[in-house]
Amino acid sequence: MHEHRDYEGAKIGMWLFLFTEVLLFGGLFLLYAVFLHRYPAEFHAAGKELSRTFGTVNTVVLITSSLFMALAISALQRGRTVLSQRLVLLTVALAGVFLVNKFFEWNAKIGHGIYPDSPGLLALPPGEMVFFNLYYLMTGLHGIHVVIGGAVLLYGWHLMRVGRVTPEHFVFLENGGLYWHLVDLVWIYLFPLFYLVV
Amino acid sequence: MSADAHDHPSFFQPLPGTKGGLASWLFSTDHKRIGMLYLYCIVTMFLVGLALGFLIRLELVAPGRTIMGPQTYNALFTLHGVVMIFLVVIPSIPAAFGNIFLPIQIGAEDVSFPRLNILSWWLYIIGAALAVLSLVTGKGAPDTGWTFYVPFSAVTTTNVDVAVIAVFILGFSSILTGLNFITTLHRLRAPGMTWTRLPLFCWSLYATGWIQVLATPILGITVLLIFAERVLGVGLFDPSRGGDPILYQHLFWIYSHPAVYIMILPAMGVISEILPVFARKPIFGYKMIAFSSLAIAFAGSLVWAHHMFVSGMSDTAVMVFSFLTFVVAIPSAIKVFNWVSTLYKGSIRVEPPLWYALAFIFLFSIGGLTGLVLGSAGTNVHVHDTYFVVAHFHYVIFGGMGFGLFGAMHYWFPKIYGRMYDKRMANWSCLIAFVGFNLLYFPMFILGLQGMPRRYYDYLPKYAEGHFFSTMGSWVLATGLLLMFWNLWRGIRHGKPVGRNPWGAATLEWMAPSPPPHHNFDAEPVVTHGPYDFTGVKPDA
Amino acid sequence: MTGHNTAHHAVPVRTNLLVWAALMVLTTITVGVTSFDFGFLNVVVALTVATTKAGLVILWFMHLRYEGRVIRLMVFTAFVILAIAIGLTFFDVAYR
Repeated sequence: MHEHRDYEGAKIGMWLFLFTEVLLFGGLFLLYAVFLHRYPAEFHAAGKELSRTFGTVNTVVLITSSLFMALAISALQRGRTVLSQRLVLLTVALAGVFLVNKFFEWNAKIGHGIYPDSPGLLALPPGEMVFFNLYYLMTGLHGIHVVIGGAVLLYGWHLMRVGRVTPEHFVFLENGGLYWHLVDLVWIYLFPLFYLVV
Repeated sequence: MSADAHDHPSFFQPLPGTKGGLASWLFSTDHKRIGMLYLYCIVTMFLVGLALGFLIRLELVAPGRTIMGPQTYNALFTLHGVVMIFLVVIPSIPAAFGNIFLPIQIGAEDVSFPRLNILSWWLYIIGAALAVLSLVTGKGAPDTGWTFYVPFSAVTTTNVDVAVIAVFILGFSSILTGLNFITTLHRLRAPGMTWTRLPLFCWSLYATGWIQVLATPILGITVLLIFAERVLGVGLFDPSRGGDPILYQHLFWIYSHPAVYIMILPAMGVISEILPVFARKPIFGYKMIAFSSLAIAFAGSLVWAHHMFVSGMSDTAVMVFSFLTFVVAIPSAIKVFNWVSTLYKGSIRVEPPLWYALAFIFLFSIGGLTGLVLGSAGTNVHVHDTYFVVAHFHYVIFGGMGFGLFGAMHYWFPKIYGRMYDKRMANWSCLIAFVGFNLLYFPMFILGLQGMPRRYYDYLPKYAEGHFFSTMGSWVLATGLLLMFWNLWRGIRHGKPVGRNPWGAATLEWMAPSPPPHHNFDAEPVVTHGPYDFTGVKPDA
Repeated sequence: MTGHNTAHHAVPVRTNLLVWAALMVLTTITVGVTSFDFGFLNVVVALTVATTKAGLVILWFMHLRYEGRVIRLMVFTAFVILAIAIGLTFFDVAYR
């Protein structure tokens, strides 16, 4: 059986998969929208509890990682494989930084007794309870996607080293990059909705 | 088997130079083999669902306890719903016949992502296994109904956790099928296979694929939220924690209403294939049927809250969604009118697939029109959550999608197996099933109008007559269906061998040998005419 | 049927850097404006900035600018469906 290399088809497939991710998060964004509409004051109050510094730093980290990813693709298209490999590793490193930050942030919140089903959370007004529950769900689901995205890119890096992703056939890396940008995209919305709603 | 079987072994036989065996099926990337795996699994699960439904009807034959207690009854109707919806109806036509015939109909060698295709089947199997596991592990089989409504699903002690994970995985399987079909239709059409020469079955699968890709993730997040409610104590649907149970219903139906079109659109595609072949004339209004598939897919995403008229949502929403529901009736009606017009003045040849198609049109029309009764907010309030609803959706899903599936089985049977079943027996089983179907479900409309609530274990004596007729109908229907499956089974083993094109159809799959060889075509076909252009096409039997 | 990768547009490094710079500026803006209170408009401002950023990422980093009509139409459809799901839900929650 001869091998199909349908570059355009692979990209269409990847975009379709990204849509499923958008709509998966979409269900949570829908809940967020409804509850923001219902509890504007409580969301305002609870949003102030989150560390804006952490949020902003992580935004910068993710956007910069997206830049590295885009540069990695451009480098590979120009045939500069080694540079591309390094840029992919930098992207993954920034994913790690993001997760470490997230860990400290969650850790601090949990240390204050604010996590789903905790007595501390249940003592809050209903609107703030909803805010924090959504916060954990949405950033948690996003965090899982950061982990998966990082793993996919690491695998792409491996494929480059063994010569299966090349300047001629790099659709795996490009699709991995698309996934990574989507992770960034979701965070671009999560950041203002949780850290900046005032 | 036909004469060319020697040079090109059919897809049932091992590839030249390989040993074959079970693994060559279970890990096959051949779309035809994957379609067959799906077909056999779906038929098996259908028989399971059928048996469950049969037992439910048996319990309801008379008031009071007949053969089981109330908790068993609750578990049975939950399981009947989960099995029929997620394991039979949603995969059914796309995963089985779509996989087998979509690539052949567009002149391709396979789907775009063959390995994702087999992964999708494995996810289906894992999901099915988990669904079974949820019955026998934990503290009892789920008793929530297939809709998993909160607050009950969040607090019941039965094994809902495993069941919702099963649904999540099955959703993933469905997404992969849809994703594959969309990409395949965009990328792998043979030279000359323009969008307006695409068989209508492919058009319906294209529209279905979009619903699978765009709606199923919402189901995914919804069942994950149930899981989070139960395991993490996140209270997003719990009013005592600031949550809102009605939002669960919104999320659930944002998927599950479009899912109704995942079920019915492929069946509509099958009917659009069968009718012109047996009327010997081009389908009436090709472009409108193709377009109405897309219109149904789009409009189907606008109407979900008509399942929630009495849930306590706002009156404004009731009116808006009631109005939008009428919009979706338009493209469905376009199809029905076009089918009937296709038959008009055709030189009709009556064969079993046509009988099933005609049964589809009749039953789907009843199901569709009673849908309008439910879609009008005023009448909905009276029949909401009664047997009227049960009758309505069985007419649409079973009468529509089910008979579409049976029609597809009878239409493509000779192509898949290279043999023909006993046509007389097929006609009789269709008739018996049709009579049984109406006897089973039509009394439910009346019961519903009289006020019989759905899902109840017991009922007042005044409903006894309707329930009795309905149970009688379930026996007739089961007889007809078992006869049908037996007849097909016998046809696989002993049927008369047929050639490439026993019906005289003009779509590409009938140019290939029966059964098709591994790579479908000797050379990439070049398409020069439309799918329903019967000029010079004759049945070869 | 087989498209070749090399025929594909390679985005210049300078463009990528410019997009990154724009994203940084927008992040600064969205954090900066939180010291002003526009009332209800706060959310609108935040989401407008976020959507602008999302647009930059999709169009340049994700190469949608350089894709054909088919993929662009697909992306548009997906976001329309999401907007419908959220928008129509508000016929309920906004009028309850």
